[in-house]
Amino acid sequence: MSTELATPAPAPSVTGAGAGQARPYAVRLDRVSKSFGSSPRARQQVLDGIGLTVAPGEFVCLLGASGCGKSTLLNLVAGLDHPTSGEVRVPHGRPALMFQDHALFPWLSAGRNVELALKLAGVPRAERRGRAEELLRLVRLPDAYGKRVHQLSGGMRQRVALARSLAQGSRVLLMDEPFAALDAITRDLLHEELTRVWRERELTVLFVTHNVREAVRLGQRVVLLSSRPGRVAREWDVDLPYPRRIEDSGVTSLAREITGHLHEEIVRHARH
Amino acid sequence: MPATDTEDSRRGPRHEPSGFPEPPGQDIGRTAGRTAGGAGGPDDSDEMASGLDALESPVSATAATSRRLLAKAAPPLAAVALVLALWQTAYALNWSATLPSPAAVWGELAGAWSDGTLLPALGHSLLRCLVGFAASAAIGVPLGLLLTRMAPLRTVLGPILSAVQSLPAAALVPVAVIALGNSESAVYAVVLLGAVPSIAVGVTTAVDQIPPLLLRAGRSMGAGGLRGAVHILVPAALPGFVAALRQGWTFGWRALMTAELITATPLPGIGRMLDAGRQGGELSLVLASVVLILAVGVLVESALFSPVERRVLRSRGLASAAGR
Ligand SMILES: Nc1ncnc2c1ncn2[C@@H]1O[C@H](COP(=O)(O)OP(=O)(O)OP(=O)(O)O)[C@@H](O)[C@H]1O
Ligand SMILES: [Mg+2]
Repeated sequence: MSTELATPAPAPSVTGAGAGQARPYAVRLDRVSKSFGSSPRARQQVLDGIGLTVAPGEFVCLLGASGCGKSTLLNLVAGLDHPTSGEVRVPHGRPALMFQDHALFPWLSAGRNVELALKLAGVPRAERRGRAEELLRLVRLPDAYGKRVHQLSGGMRQRVALARSLAQGSRVLLMDEPFAALDAITRDLLHEELTRVWRERELTVLFVTHNVREAVRLGQRVVLLSSRPGRVAREWDVDLPYPRRIEDSGVTSLAREITGHLHEEIVRHARH
Repeated sequence: MPATDTEDSRRGPRHEPSGFPEPPGQDIGRTAGRTAGGAGGPDDSDEMASGLDALESPVSATAATSRRLLAKAAPPLAAVALVLALWQTAYALNWSATLPSPAAVWGELAGAWSDGTLLPALGHSLLRCLVGFAASAAIGVPLGLLLTRMAPLRTVLGPILSAVQSLPAAALVPVAVIALGNSESAVYAVVLLGAVPSIAVGVTTAVDQIPPLLLRAGRSMGAGGLRGAVHILVPAALPGFVAALRQGWTFGWRALMTAELITATPLPGIGRMLDAGRQGGELSLVLASVVLILAVGVLVESALFSPVERRVLRSRGLASAAGR
């Protein structure tokens, strides 16, 4: 699966991924459609002709109503599922996916969960412990190393999951509503951390959320998906300087505009 | 970046005015108020995060060990006492002419102990069951795993295993004896036929019940194939594996007793003891054997499988009902 994802990459070059195309990219979806159900009658088209290119180092937020196919789209990019038609290209190799549910392994402690990701990413044993502790500090959980998953609160689990996905060392980070379960204060802290890590490590982030303000606060670009079938309805470039705060007036006014369009999408869908 | 983080978190508390310790609730309120005001330095956020986490962390309370032990031992002891009391009453009221007293059965056991027949019988049966169980596990676990990997094999073998599993051991003994003769291998065949299907079926069920999300998470982290099996599949299914082995032991032990009792070869063991009692019409010897069979079952269960199972479940936060 990962090889399949890697094959579209042309010979490595200084310009990085996707060289040979007009513009380099880290993720590219080309007329991607996805249907579920095998019998024609029960067939449900979830995604329809999605075209989306994410530049290396770009932070893109995906917005859309519940059930419009955001998780499905991330699964396709992660290589866990295959499109019914169209093409998904991720030239940098396997992206890290942070699931909507934390998906931590309950038989391992928080620290060991992170260490397993490090191990699978090929980090030598001697370095794992230190790196895992470092990552847990990064998500503000310095004391969680030995805790079992069930001993952590929902928000703490989500943060360990974030640490684990960062441990995979991928250049591309896919995040599926990672902070939905957090209280406003912790979420704000993690927004800051994520922005910092993204810039420091020059990650490419594809971030799914329901929260319009969160999308505007974090992303350089916000992509709105329509529902049933999911299509790219509209895009906005967010030309606000970092660091941003959720209560900045620029964030608030753009969020208001986007919320209007999101409501239109939902109403339009309800009429059909 | 991590270095400064550590420094900050270590330095953080020292910035506090050294006064009376504040209740945590107040602490949260204060720091939260400060961020809302817009002054959020790294020191503040670390403090704030740990303050929030202190709220989120569960409070653990451990009961006194002696009280826990007593609470654990009391119900089975009470059950034994109840059975003994009923038995003694039945004997005293002379409900049945053949029923021996608990004391007579105890005497039978003590006699077998002192003339040196009890331990060898016990040893032979236990060793046979252990060997049979080990072989069953060595066959059943890989077989079960193989079935989850190969769908066609499963459609063929699955129903057969379920059918054999539902077969009473008594029905298998004549088959084994005719096929293998009156020998120890016939006994082992019966044990294997009793334990292997139940272990294999239990293992496939355990793998089927792994939440797909965990397998996907493993795959997205690069754990496919053998690495996925070692790091994700087996640990995820471990509680089910333990349950399967436990059931395999129980089935094996029952099958062994049946086989020892029914085969015509005089193999030393508890089944033999039981048979001797039956031949001689001595109910006290029969009951003594039954007590032994029960005791072995209960002991292996409570000294071996229960603790392992409880540990596996508790480490995953699943033992709340069984454990406390
Ligand atoms: N494996 C599947 N089989 C059949 N239908 C599916 C499957 N996975 C998703 N769907 C359907 O696809 C649609 C999109 O699901 P998806 O999980 O991608 O939505 P989402 O945009 O992530 O929603 P939410 O914001 O609530 O998480 C839903 O209608 C869902 O019922
Ligand atoms: Mg979703």
